[in-house]
Amino acid sequence: MDATLGREVLRLESVSKVYGSGDARVVALNDVSLSVHPGEFVAVMGPSGSGKSTLMNILGCLDVPTSGRYLFGGEDVSTMSERELAHVRNRRIGFVFQQFHLLTAMSAWRNVELPLLYRSAHDRRETAMRALEMVGLSNRVDHRPNQLSGGQQQRVAIARALVTNPDLILADEPTGNLDSASSRDVLALLQEINASGRTIVMITHEHDVAAVARRVLEMSDGRLREGALVT
Amino acid sequence: MSLLRTLETGLRGILGHRLRSVLTTLGILFGVAAVICTVGIGTASADSVNARIASLGTNLLTITPGSTRAAGVFGGAGTAASLTMQDVDGLMSKDNAPDVGAVAPVVQRSEPMVSLASNWTSTVQGSSTGWLTANARSVASGEFFTQDDVNKHALKIVLGSTTATNLGASVGDTITVNRIPFTVIGILNTVGGQGFQNGDDLGVVPITAAHDVLTGGDPNSVQRILLSATSGDTVGSAYQEADQLLLNTHASSLGSSGTPDFTIQAQSSFLSTAQSVTTTLTILLASVAAISLLVGGIGVMNIMLVSVTERTNEIGLRKALGATPGDLLRQFLVEASTLSVVGGLLGVGAGLLAGVLIPHFTTIGVTITATPVLVAVLVAAGVGLIFGVYPAARAARLAPIEALRAQ
Repeated sequence: MDATLGREVLRLESVSKVYGSGDARVVALNDVSLSVHPGEFVAVMGPSGSGKSTLMNILGCLDVPTSGRYLFGGEDVSTMSERELAHVRNRRIGFVFQQFHLLTAMSAWRNVELPLLYRSAHDRRETAMRALEMVGLSNRVDHRPNQLSGGQQQRVAIARALVTNPDLILADEPTGNLDSASSRDVLALLQEINASGRTIVMITHEHDVAAVARRVLEMSDGRLREGALVT
Repeated sequence: MSLLRTLETGLRGILGHRLRSVLTTLGILFGVAAVICTVGIGTASADSVNARIASLGTNLLTITPGSTRAAGVFGGAGTAASLTMQDVDGLMSKDNAPDVGAVAPVVQRSEPMVSLASNWTSTVQGSSTGWLTANARSVASGEFFTQDDVNKHALKIVLGSTTATNLGASVGDTITVNRIPFTVIGILNTVGGQGFQNGDDLGVVPITAAHDVLTGGDPNSVQRILLSATSGDTVGSAYQEADQLLLNTHASSLGSSGTPDFTIQAQSSFLSTAQSVTTTLTILLASVAAISLLVGGIGVMNIMLVSVTERTNEIGLRKALGATPGDLLRQFLVEASTLSVVGGLLGVGAGLLAGVLIPHFTTIGVTITATPVLVAVLVAAGVGLIFGVYPAARAARLAPIEALRAQ
């Protein structure tokens, strides 16, 4: 219960998200409450359409809730302006996407450098190199994404998420586009990063992927419930 | 995001998408160069057409005498000998006829001319120093006779180019006209046919000399009088002034029906032709330029729109990584303005180069003026900027997650 004593990384209080209106009204999140503490590795499971993507968008400050409060590091982000949200995304959250979302025109290290362009950062190249070293790609820094395997591309994306030293890594189906060997690699890397103290929230629909997390939540029909704790 | 880093990001975006950047630049380049070339060629063509029309003498008037009438038989226009040197002097007065420029009396006869090398029969006109201006002609080599020559009844002749060629005569030679020796002092410029006459096959001598040795008869009488208005715009008032002046001086010889014994003809058909040709050329030029700009603009617009659609993903990713809409807007502004300015400048360079090369290798003339260059650059760069920035600005306002999902 050590983690609960620390300050929460994030906290959802009765958050709902509704799309559309009238007959087309869809309740994607229904009264969701959640606390995540520093150092946790949380997996959110659920079938497609259960609302996990919406949860991910809200957690990642990519979207704002219809009602309820979202506190990130103690700050209420549900009322923030677009500019302030961009600031939070840049400083405090690292994203890992299913489709990697690397810019094909740039080398690996230029991709990793991207978030640093939107903040005042010195030694951008060195910082990017250190992040690439952490994911074991020091020998691929000048390769373009199309010269890298899927697993390597996702590791570049993880380096990009790490490079700003964020409070939270948010991974959306990080193994969804990978073969099983690469999936194991990437999951091992995420576990390693978590072991070094970084908080991770990972969205997945696969049980064996969720199994690497220490805490599993299940979503269905817009509601979130605590699943089996895995050690 | 600092200005320096914005510039760096924008320029890296250009270098990272070389094909797209080159295509955009090329689109603007060709648009600008095409406008400069077509307008340049059009302007040169219009100038040359207008110059040719002006050489026809759109501001010229011709006064011919009325008809003889003997025993009820009209001799036809121009047969009466009613025009005199007094009429010429009256028309040359600036007080009576301020809008009349040059005045040239003409007597003429067909005469055999003989040179050392050859002989040729052609029209010889006797006239005054105003002949050149009143005919919209010039001297290609040598000179025209002077007032002094007219006063001294000098036996000097200026030849049309065809006559000079046929006689094998050049400036300084002596030829005989009706067996009287004349000195060739000038060769006229070549004008080609004028109505049914060959404007290049004639000789011109001082009217005094013509009266002496060629036409004979009353030295006070002239066959016709040529006038030029001071400009193309004053043809109407010059006509009025000449008409009024001659009506006054010829009042005594008006027929019983009040018919004047002279006729004034303006080259009005030339004038209206000239005006309609100029209008047509202006419309043609404007539409060619507009179409070139439109085509160039649409090319640039297409490339910009396609590239923004293609980049929606990148926009979403950059937003997720912390770029504000302002950051993205400035990035696209740097990209679009760099490409537009580079493309515009290259286009001006290509257009100017073509303006030098086309006349060098072909007979087509190119006249480059500042206005089409400026308009072309502004429109092409403006289209590049608007269609580079506006769709990107819209994409930058998308929720990042939607932009990320766009494929």
